[in-house]
Amino acid sequence: MIDNQNDTVAVLEVHNLSASFNRKPVLWDIDFQLQAGQLVGIVGPNGSGKTTLLRNIMGLMEPDSGYVRLFGKSLDEVRQRVSYVPQRESVDWQFPVSVREVVEMGRYRPNKLFRRLKSQDHDAVDAALEQVGMLEYAQRQIGQLSGGQQQRVFLARALAQEADLYFMDEPFVGVDAATEDAILRVLSDLRDQGKTVIIVHHDLQTAYQYFDSMVLLNTRLVASGPKEEVFSKENLQEAYGGRLTVLSKLSQLIADNEFPVREKGFQEKSGRGDGAK
Amino acid sequence: MELSDFLDQGLWLVTLGTFVLAVTASLVGGFTFLQKRSLVGDAVAHSILPGLTLAFLFSGTKDPWWLMLGALISGWLSLLLMDYLSTKTKLSYDTAIASVLSVFFGLGVLILTYIQHTASGEQSGLEGFLFGQAAAMRSRDVIVYGATAIVLIGITILFFKEFKLLSFNPDFALSLGLPVKALRILMNSLMVLAIALGIQAVGVVLMAALLISPSAAARSFTNRLKTMLVLAALIAGFSAITGTLISFSAPGMPTGPWIVVCLSVIALLSLFFAPQKGMLARVLMQRHHQRKITDENVLKAFYHIGERKSALAAWMGMEELKGAREFEPPVLETSLKRLIRKGHLLRKKGEYQFSRAGLDEARRIVRLHRLWEMYLNQRLRLKADHIHPNAETMEHIISPEIEAQLLRELDYPEKDPHESPIPYRR
Repeated sequence: MIDNQNDTVAVLEVHNLSASFNRKPVLWDIDFQLQAGQLVGIVGPNGSGKTTLLRNIMGLMEPDSGYVRLFGKSLDEVRQRVSYVPQRESVDWQFPVSVREVVEMGRYRPNKLFRRLKSQDHDAVDAALEQVGMLEYAQRQIGQLSGGQQQRVFLARALAQEADLYFMDEPFVGVDAATEDAILRVLSDLRDQGKTVIIVHHDLQTAYQYFDSMVLLNTRLVASGPKEEVFSKENLQEAYGGRLTVLSKLSQLIADNEFPVREKGFQEKSGRGDGAK
Repeated sequence: MELSDFLDQGLWLVTLGTFVLAVTASLVGGFTFLQKRSLVGDAVAHSILPGLTLAFLFSGTKDPWWLMLGALISGWLSLLLMDYLSTKTKLSYDTAIASVLSVFFGLGVLILTYIQHTASGEQSGLEGFLFGQAAAMRSRDVIVYGATAIVLIGITILFFKEFKLLSFNPDFALSLGLPVKALRILMNSLMVLAIALGIQAVGVVLMAALLISPSAAARSFTNRLKTMLVLAALIAGFSAITGTLISFSAPGMPTGPWIVVCLSVIALLSLFFAPQKGMLARVLMQRHHQRKITDENVLKAFYHIGERKSALAAWMGMEELKGAREFEPPVLETSLKRLIRKGHLLRKKGEYQFSRAGLDEARRIVRLHRLWEMYLNQRLRLKADHIHPNAETMEHIISPEIEAQLLRELDYPEKDPHESPIPYRR
């Protein structure tokens, strides 16, 4: 792959990814690619591995096998272009920081450790706060915000990163209608600028109206592609019509009996099917 | 040199020493507190004891460098062991903390006892590791600990923004590509070293107090991390000075425990009396609301009487009021006085009448009550005979913004579900 302007390079490629949570396999050989410039929903029932998939893509968990490519490169090579919005409940909102301080965190960089933020950083923070309509709350302590406002602060932090690819984990949970609209408007703007937004979302009802493309998940990949294709009756039935009991029994067996999920050295030699050559 | 001069010099030295140690421990402890690792801090403090005693056994001196090296090693070992136990075994984290604490501390006491029974002379005052040995501090100790303290404080200031992010949202720090592992090791080392310093002043048993309570106290005054840390350092420094001076005021009084007593008093006072977040402030707030509710209920009762008589401007007596709603007599009495003082009611010959402001206020409360009933009935589809009790509460809580929204959503209704008119401001 030549460089990042190349449109044919998938913005995200998940290749044969298998992953476990608490030693229990929850993702089985997930394999898909996404093109730039769209709103993508990662959709599936509870416990289908959506968040685990996101955490694996973001390098917060180690996959058992398979790999992830962003802009055709490894995550570490393109971190500046990738932004991550964790679930709102994953942090302590009583933490003594202001809205502005949280958004400033989007400007922290590994090569600028212990350096003060510059004026262009502060401008980016202001712009991000403005975009989500939280500028007037900049000095508030984050615990004094409503759930929707807290989610907007997280979105503003991501915007301050000025990335090309955004990952968001359940941004619509527990937010009011006004925030939902605000978030959707901001995300559509990003898409219109050619950026890509990938969102973990559990609500099937709204998924169809929010997203352009969909990755339908239930511990394995059910379908991925344009929403019209993914949202077929058969696919939905497959994703939501109950789990594959063999898979979940096998997962339980692996977790209970301390089986290694992959034999040592497997990863290096993987690629060909059994017995090929 | 006079003996008293010498003593005074010793006092100054010890005060300076405890001050520096306390400030450092509280500053580093601020992050421990915010990461909800107070218990880990306590366990590390106890786990440092075997390191200290072994360092003494090995080197044969109480040289501060040797002691700190021993403390650093055994503090880190305990941290690693806690992590290992909680991730690799089925033990929960709190069990891992408790086990490590007791095993290490037990081991430390064992070695301490051994030293006291065998060696001679030099080891005197070694039990000071348990409750602090501030009074025994020499100028060399103060210089070494002071220098280390300055390094610790410097690193904390230098990495302030990274430590803030790491304490608040480590996953995000990872996603940015920050060297989270290295930063964590740095933070833990700072904590272990701060504890190793702090125990010179207060000993391993009381160390958690020095690490945590300054931040706990400071947190009730502020919502800013920087302010909290500065305040915690001030509280710790003040307690160190006060505790040292108190302990020197009479012979044989221990310095460490006095410092901790001062700290605890400040922490307790802050928890009770801090504005907004203190318990007292909350009690006062509740009382304020209770009074507001009573006053509003009295006004509402008068309004209902006036409504029944179709004469809101009429003079109304106590008998009528008691007929309209039950009040406890003393509560009613004080409420009426308050309402007169506020200018909401007028009084003449034991009868009461609304002032203009009072009537507006009464209308507002009745309006909110009936609007809310309307909302419950129309939006929540509750039956008309089920909505009154809820409205009795909500009428006191609904803010002007919510009222405006209710009015918009319900489109300024004329009557409530019970066919009573909704009074608007004239």
